Order: sequence, then structure tokens, then C-alpha cells
Amino acid sequence: MFFTDFINALPGAVAQGLIWGIMAIGVYITYKILDVADLTVDGTMCTGGAVCVMMLTSGKPMWLALLAAVGAGLLAGLVTGLFHTLMGIPAILAGILSQLSLYSINLKIMDNKANQSLNARNFNLLVSLGNVKSAPVRIVDGHPVFNPIFLVAVVLILIIAVLYWFFGTELGCSLRATGANPNMSRAQGINTKRGVVLGLMVSNALVAFSSALLAQYQGFADINMGRGAIVIGLAAVIIGTVLFDRIFHNFALKLLAVGIGAIVYYVVLQLVLSLGVDTNLLKLLSAVVVAIFLAVPYWRKQYMSKPSKATEKKS
Amino acid sequence: MLKVNEISKVFNPGTVNEKLALDRLSLTLNEGDFVTVIGGNGAGKSTLLNAVAGTWYVSAGSILIDDVDVTRMSEHKRAKYLGRVFQDPMMGTAATMGIDENLALASRRGTMRGLGRGITHKEREHYKELLETLDLGLENRITTKVGLLSGGQRQAVTLLMASLKKPKLLLLDEHTAALDPKTAAKVLETTEQIVRRDNLTTLMITHNMRDAIAHGNRLIMMDNGHIVLDISGDEKKKLTVDDLMEKFAVAAGQEFDNDQAILG
Repeated sequence: MFFTDFINALPGAVAQGLIWGIMAIGVYITYKILDVADLTVDGTMCTGGAVCVMMLTSGKPMWLALLAAVGAGLLAGLVTGLFHTLMGIPAILAGILSQLSLYSINLKIMDNKANQSLNARNFNLLVSLGNVKSAPVRIVDGHPVFNPIFLVAVVLILIIAVLYWFFGTELGCSLRATGANPNMSRAQGINTKRGVVLGLMVSNALVAFSSALLAQYQGFADINMGRGAIVIGLAAVIIGTVLFDRIFHNFALKLLAVGIGAIVYYVVLQLVLSLGVDTNLLKLLSAVVVAIFLAVPYWRKQYMSKPSKATEKKS
Repeated sequence: MLKVNEISKVFNPGTVNEKLALDRLSLTLNEGDFVTVIGGNGAGKSTLLNAVAGTWYVSAGSILIDDVDVTRMSEHKRAKYLGRVFQDPMMGTAATMGIDENLALASRRGTMRGLGRGITHKEREHYKELLETLDLGLENRITTKVGLLSGGQRQAVTLLMASLKKPKLLLLDEHTAALDPKTAAKVLETTEQIVRRDNLTTLMITHNMRDAIAHGNRLIMMDNGHIVLDISGDEKKKLTVDDLMEKFAVAAGQEFDNDQAILG
């Protein structure tokens, strides 16, 4: 009973994991590359979907709806970036401020409603929960209908390819340097403030895009759909790192690992659900798991290695 | 080349911790000068270097590099004129990036960073040749993450980075202080080699009086935010550690208080 339940729900979990994988790659850019924990994403993870749903229901084409969602994400990242660099607000607080303002903004985008639905029957959606077990591509009424797992996997790989290219460019390298060592970066003539803003924009654009896909997939946008998104994103980043750190050294593979991390997260979540765990406890469970995984590298450094010369001198 | 006009720097103004770290200090460096800077803790040596580098803005006065007023120019913009090596070996390189990538970052100092390749195959070959001159075997581990290198190796790479794009002024902030004596000597030798090769105008802070005497064509001693001693030419060539201590006592009206500087 439990097993068939789980197997039945597996494709849905994978599809959801893939969509969140795009979001997690956004988190990877800020958290791992820029060394900034950006909490804006809890807001952006709703904004993208809200914009997309409202555009589609008002009769705009799919490409425009997605573009608008990405644009909204870029804007959210820009605001957080300016809070941080122009106004000197610590990054975490800057993200919290954006996140809070986005709550109001998201409500306004969704016409003052906490929930806006998007019926898959009335719209030709890119991804939809209903197609999760069908063939990769079908033609229905002259339109191609994709299996969300297939489509999002392709999109994810395209995104990874573009990011791999970007972080190999001069600009991309300067972003990596900014995260690795801001002092050194400035000494090498890199505008670290601009780098942080740009990184936050790219990150939030990815999150908003993921949100737009998620809203289509589940058939609605909801004011709470981004709540705790940062934790899910971090969980995916951490799971991906823990599982593949030793075998994936290439940057593109590391991004892929984050995507897989998100899938693993959702599959495990499904497993827990199928076991009959109270769904109200899920967020608590996620937070605890992420906290433990974040602590592991710190403990390792603190208790398992000898003090180095450099740290002795500093103290 | 470098003109520092009456600069002052006050830290924590208006608080009990207020400190006048630089007091109307003026200094002019000519093209090709290799100036060593000594002085006790808190004399203002690093403050002077950071003022020139633009880590923060000075409270008063002006700084000109090659006749360009950089007093209110941000740190990253000013960087196009400057090569810098820091005291902490961790500070001058990006630990999570390869040796080659670090060098590539440095080679683009002062240029627009666009969507061109961050590092090319041709550059890598060039960096290999440069690394060979360090004689540390790094040319065979060019893609190694800098975080895996020793302090001395990192400082040597940082030196290479600082000089990769010929700077108008090389700023060395006690860059051998965190190294063991043997490595320090080796890094200092590399420094001398690079400064001579490219005829770089250099400002080098050191804690070590012997090093200050042995290197460069001019020596300045700082105390309490002032330059109290400025020796160059033949006078510097004949200088001994004892001379220096004596001159310091006269100039500053007190004994030189830093054991490390004497023993080092």
C-alpha cells in the first residue's frame, strides 16, 4: 500500500524537484558563488508565478508571461542589491526587507487575492501536473503538449549550459572572485558592489522563472508558495554538494548536482509523506535537516582538524 | 609618480577610540623609486599604504598618482594604477579559484570585463612561463586551487599578479611578515627580481630593519602618523641597524620600542 502510493507519486515528485532545481541553482549563485544568503527568494518564488498567472489569464502569450516573470525577478534582485550596496544594509536584512515588501507587491499583482488559479483546460500551459505520466511530447489539437519532467529537464540543462558559459566569461569570473575574496577583487579593479547586485539579479531571475513554471505546474499562484523557499533551495544545494562533491569538479556538473539535489529532496519528501508523517511537520523537518547539514562542515573544521599556522597568528 | 600632500586620517572620529593615524603627512615618490618603510606598531605604515590604495578615503589632503588626483577615486577604479601584496597571504588571492584563473583576473586589472573568455589557452601558456621564473614548480599545477598552496607560494603568486599588468606603483604591506624566515627570504628575493625587471616604483613596508636597509634606494621611518626619517642615496647604502636605531631615538625622542624589528 505504502509502496504503490510512493511509486504513483514519484513522477510528480521528480517534476516538482526539477522545477525547484532551477530555483536552487539561483540560490547556489548567491549562497555558494557570491557568499551571500539572499532571503529575497521567499518573495520572488511567489512573484514569478503571480506575474505569469496574471499575464496568462489576461490573455497574454506564454513567452511574454515568462519574460515578465523573469523581469520581475531581476527587479527584485536589483532592489535587494541596492539595499545592500547603496544603503549599506547587511545582505540578510536587505533580503528580509525585500521579501516583506514583496508580500504586499505579490498581493497587488494577484489583484488583492491570496490565490489565483490557472485552469490547465483553458490554457495551453508549458508544464502541467496532469501530463506528468504521459509521453514526453504529444500533439493535442495541433499543439505540442510536453511531459513536465521531460520539458523541465531540458530547460534545466539549457540553463546550466548558459550559466557555465557565463561564469567562464570575464564578467562571470569577476563575480566568482567577488564571492571568493572581495578585498582581492577590488585590488584587481573589480567593482564588487556591482558584482553583488548583478549576482542577486541573475539569482532572483532564475527563482522567478522557476516560480512561473511551478504556478503553471500546480495550476495556481499562491501568496504562500514561496514560504521557506530559501530553506528548500539550500537543502538542494547541500544535498547536491554532499552527494556529488567528490566526483563532480566541473562547474556545470556542480550545477547539475544542485538540480539533482532538489529532485532528491522532493523524492525524500514524498517518501516521508507516503509513510504517513503529519504534513504540518514538514517545514520543521526540512529546517532541522538543513541546520544539521550546515553544521557538519563547521564541526569538521572546529573539532577534527589541527589549528593551522595562519589561524594561530591571527588570534 | 606618487604625490601625497598633507594627508590626515582619523579613525573613529568623535568617539573615545578616536585615533589620528596619519597627521598631515606628505611624501613624493619619483619614477623607479624603491622605498622601504619602517616604524613601530601603530606608526601609520599600513594606514599610509591603505590611503594610497583607497581602502577608505583620507580625512584631509590629496593623493596624486602620475598627476591624476585619486583622492576621491574608489578602490577598484584606482586599482588600475596599483599592484598590491598584503600581509595576510590569504588576502591577495581567491582561494577557491585556480592559479591560472587568479592570474587571468589580475591581467584584466583596469580593463572592462565583458563577455569575452575569462581565460584563454594562450594566456595559460604564458602564465606557465611566468610561473617557471618563480622556481616553485607551480608551472605544473597551473589549475590547482590557490587555497591549496602554502603561504609563501600564495605570496609569490600574488606578487606575480601585482606585476602582471605593469602597475604605476607597487604597494607591499609587510608581505613577508607572516612567512617563516626561509620562505620570507625567498619571497623577498622574488620581489627584488620583479621590481628590477620591470623597474617598478615601489613602496614596501617591513618590520625588519635589515630588509629595509638591504632593499630599495630610499628608506623612510614613520612614527605617530609622521615621517620622522627619510634617507636615500649614498647615505642609505652605508646605513646600519645601529645607525637606524640611533637616528630613530633622536628623531622621535624615544627608544625604538619594537623588539621584533630589532631582532628580525
